[in-house]
Amino acid sequence: MILTEQQQAEIAAYKTRYEALKAAGQGQAPRALPPPTSRDGAPIAAGAVVHREIIPGGWYWTTRLNRGEALRLINTSGASCVSLLAWSATDPSERLNHADTIKVQWAASLRKGRVILSDMGRTLLSIIEDTGAGHDTLAGGSTAATNAARYGAGAHRNTRDNFILAAGKLGLDRRDVMPCISFFAPVSVDAEGRFQWLADRRQAGDFVDLRAEMDLLIALSNCPHPLDPSPRYAEDPVEIIRYRAAPAGADDLCRTASAEAIRAFENNAFFFDSSVAG
Amino acid sequence: MTKHSIPSSARIVLDTEIPARAPWSTIVRQGQRLRIVDSHGQQAVDTLFYNASDLQERYSGQDTLRAQGSAYVTTGTRIMSSEGRAMLRVVADTCGLHDTSAGACSCESNTVRFGHGTKYLHACRENFLIEAAKHGLSKRDIVPNLNFFMNVPIDASGNFTVVDGVSKPGDYIEMVAEMDVLCLISNCPQINNPCNGFFPTPVQVVVFEADED
Repeated sequence: MILTEQQQAEIAAYKTRYEALKAAGQGQAPRALPPPTSRDGAPIAAGAVVHREIIPGGWYWTTRLNRGEALRLINTSGASCVSLLAWSATDPSERLNHADTIKVQWAASLRKGRVILSDMGRTLLSIIEDTGAGHDTLAGGSTAATNAARYGAGAHRNTRDNFILAAGKLGLDRRDVMPCISFFAPVSVDAEGRFQWLADRRQAGDFVDLRAEMDLLIALSNCPHPLDPSPRYAEDPVEIIRYRAAPAGADDLCRTASAEAIRAFENNAFFFDSSVAG
Repeated sequence: MTKHSIPSSARIVLDTEIPARAPWSTIVRQGQRLRIVDSHGQQAVDTLFYNASDLQERYSGQDTLRAQGSAYVTTGTRIMSSEGRAMLRVVADTCGLHDTSAGACSCESNTVRFGHGTKYLHACRENFLIEAAKHGLSKRDIVPNLNFFMNVPIDASGNFTVVDGVSKPGDYIEMVAEMDVLCLISNCPQINNPCNGFFPTPVQVVVFEADED
């Protein structure tokens, strides 16, 4: 295809702008992000706790999480994986979008300081604490078929069915079950593009704290990740603490960690402040 | 890589060009082959599949990647549904780089990626919504998709970048349908990243019936 000089100039201008965005997104944000939270750090004040729950191995849990509240997911034994879905409580057609989350932040890896985005260009959740266990955005949760292949015949609960149940309990259905993000699932990609499981990243007492940036419906599934090579179906419980967190101030880590996060939070601000066009 | 013409014995069901930036859809019947040709090279072809007899069963990028243990799509990949079933199987690929982790561009995500000034640019999710609505589907049914010919390296640290496409004019990917599928395509209009060389071009789609290899 023969391009005119003007078309070539436009392409060159777009390319220059993209390269600048990429350099900033990949170069600055990782430097600005803090180290992992210590496993005995970040205590929650007793007065801030709204609810505690133990999710048995294999089970699911749902909750509403209001803007400014946070969930702490605690990997009590170190063998568990917690898969997450989230929807806007006011319009559940706005929902977690794992692809936008990783593409926009130039990072398939999630860590303290990153945000989880909706399909509408807004921040659903901020990762305000994380002991750095490694989390999966690429490979998804277990299904009846992956369980059968890994553990053989048996009544092993799976994340796909858990999410169908959770969606049902929230008044949603399987159309609302989208790809998930899985915490405590240390999946990485090697130079050939193959998935690897970094087992030693995960330890007992790992936790991650997710702060809601709008009113949300949340579904969690506590099932072994399909890439977890352990032959044992981990029926270990995980602990959940729902608590009141400090709202994201102007200098909040997650809100300011990257130019992309700043713009996502600006979109949230348009959403909440009807005096601002959005 | 060698490029193959469609066998002369094949029965061509459909052979059409999708204009630059446009949405498109068709039903591909079980056993039929779907060939997507990057006619001019460096054009991302955003694609979604639905079970034609149960539209709530739909493409799952995560199941597709997990099933093959790898972060990219190429020959041999089974394209999996949300119900864990194979929808199609990739039988030929002259490009070798196809993504299914980056999803589709949208007006909203563009504001976050590229600045609020890019909101009013035509985007893939607009294409998907328009085309999906013709089949009774809505935004709830639009999930992260396949991006044929889109080059998205992921490194061991998790860095994730859309970089220049490597597909040459005439490169194609060919799939055989394992069930009747509704295929939705957005011939990506994105001009803010290099997924299509910042210059969207037409692609060709051929559906045909051929003897098994």
